[in-house]
Amino acid sequence: MRRALLEVRANENVGPYTLLRVDRGPIEPGAPGQFFMLEAPGRLLPRPMSLCLAPAGELAFLIDPIGPGTRALCDLVRGDRLQVLGPLGNGFRLDVERPLLVGGGIGVAPLPYLSELLGRPPAVLGFRSDWHAEAAELVPRATVCVEPTLVTELVPDGMDVLACGPEPMLEAVRGRDGAAQLAWEAPMACGYGACYGCAVEIDGELRRLCVDGPVLSHAA
Amino acid sequence: MLLNASGCLDALTAPDVARSLDGFVTKTVTPLPREGNAPVRIAETDVGMLNSIGLANPGIDRFVTRTLPQLEKLGVPLWISVGGFEADDYAEICSRLDDHAEVSAIELNVSCPNVEAPAESATQIVAAARIATRKPLWAKLSPAVPDIAEVARAAQAAGADGLSLVNTIRGLKLDARTLRPVLGPGQGGLSGPALKPIALAAVASCFSATGLPIVGMGGVQTGRDALELIAAGARHVALGTVLFADPDAPGRVRAELHAAASEHGWSSYDDAYGAAHEEMLSVRKTR
Repeated sequence: MRRALLEVRANENVGPYTLLRVDRGPIEPGAPGQFFMLEAPGRLLPRPMSLCLAPAGELAFLIDPIGPGTRALCDLVRGDRLQVLGPLGNGFRLDVERPLLVGGGIGVAPLPYLSELLGRPPAVLGFRSDWHAEAAELVPRATVCVEPTLVTELVPDGMDVLACGPEPMLEAVRGRDGAAQLAWEAPMACGYGACYGCAVEIDGELRRLCVDGPVLSHAA
Repeated sequence: MLLNASGCLDALTAPDVARSLDGFVTKTVTPLPREGNAPVRIAETDVGMLNSIGLANPGIDRFVTRTLPQLEKLGVPLWISVGGFEADDYAEICSRLDDHAEVSAIELNVSCPNVEAPAESATQIVAAARIATRKPLWAKLSPAVPDIAEVARAAQAAGADGLSLVNTIRGLKLDARTLRPVLGPGQGGLSGPALKPIALAAVASCFSATGLPIVGMGGVQTGRDALELIAAGARHVALGTVLFADPDAPGRVRAELHAAASEHGWSSYDDAYGAAHEEMLSVRKTR
């Protein structure tokens, strides 16, 4: 875990989302599914973001402007600086035989980097609208659906599911045959195990997502 | 001395951060294990944050057998925060810790806003703990009382060696859209910059009332904040919420504290100890 002041290279619109590209500086990109705490200008607490893309010398984060912190991040422009801490937590395991990436909404964020490291496996992605579905451009070999069709309807049996998205989607994906690697989400103050704020109940047990997750492997 | 506020750092997941402090204060330990409160547990507010963790901890048995030996290896002075629901709980844990040479001090958490308040008063808890241990006892008080100086005097009379001021104060955040509480348990403890003036007032009052050494905490973001607490009467300063945003805060705040003291013409920040009171007195005299 390392913290550094990084400079914004670019800020691109992807549907309703923003792809924030920053200079990598001394920060390593880590494994897909790991996350970073991004200083949110004017806010007390940083915001956790998984890495979307890791081009040479760069870290890119896909951000959904849903609150004051994420809006402040989306308002950053080239040349602005922000503190970045990471990489944090546990990412996806890459030793899978038949990978299938499953993403819902802003949950597609870690999938482009994951796809790259897994050699562009197939992906199924679900979105609320065509506008949101513009983010599917970031993920190679993606089959896309828009509500009312649910992404869970597109998941074939017999695949090694690696998923990120809203909780009901994760539960449904997992329900098919049980085994899956799922990236969970929870409000987080610190990202490194200090605040105990990100505890979520999984299989009847409260676990700190920042240190035990955010990617958890679920057995069949 | 620069410490962390209890519950704001896990030394085992972030040992380097713990080593950058002059002492590590554990998360509160209770007699039995506690999972803590149901999520959502934290929420940011405009000038602070709310938490409702609910004293998640492994319980004293596992703490002593598993956690404490690992903490000892860090080589940082250890302050154990102790909690419970009656005075006997505190006494039991204090007696369990008494023989552990690696424990530098015990902080009695008589003021967590996220669990049911202990039935006994702070005075009874301190008195029970005093009988159970020879370790230095620091009473961590809530600012949510009519007269914190009165509580501090009672804690002193019961045998407290010092005071930790302040714990969080209860707050509520509603979701703007649904008008329902954001936190799972409803209300939580407010920390961060919003707490600083409350902490300063509590430290100043208790300094005047007791003369006991005080660990000041509440909204410290910078060395200047720390210097203000020292001027109000804190011997030591603890970092809380700032650690969440900045794990490098101990080194930064320490450097800023030295610089801020120099700006006032002091060779050490210890020279600022209680300085606010001299000014308070002189203002009163001129009136």
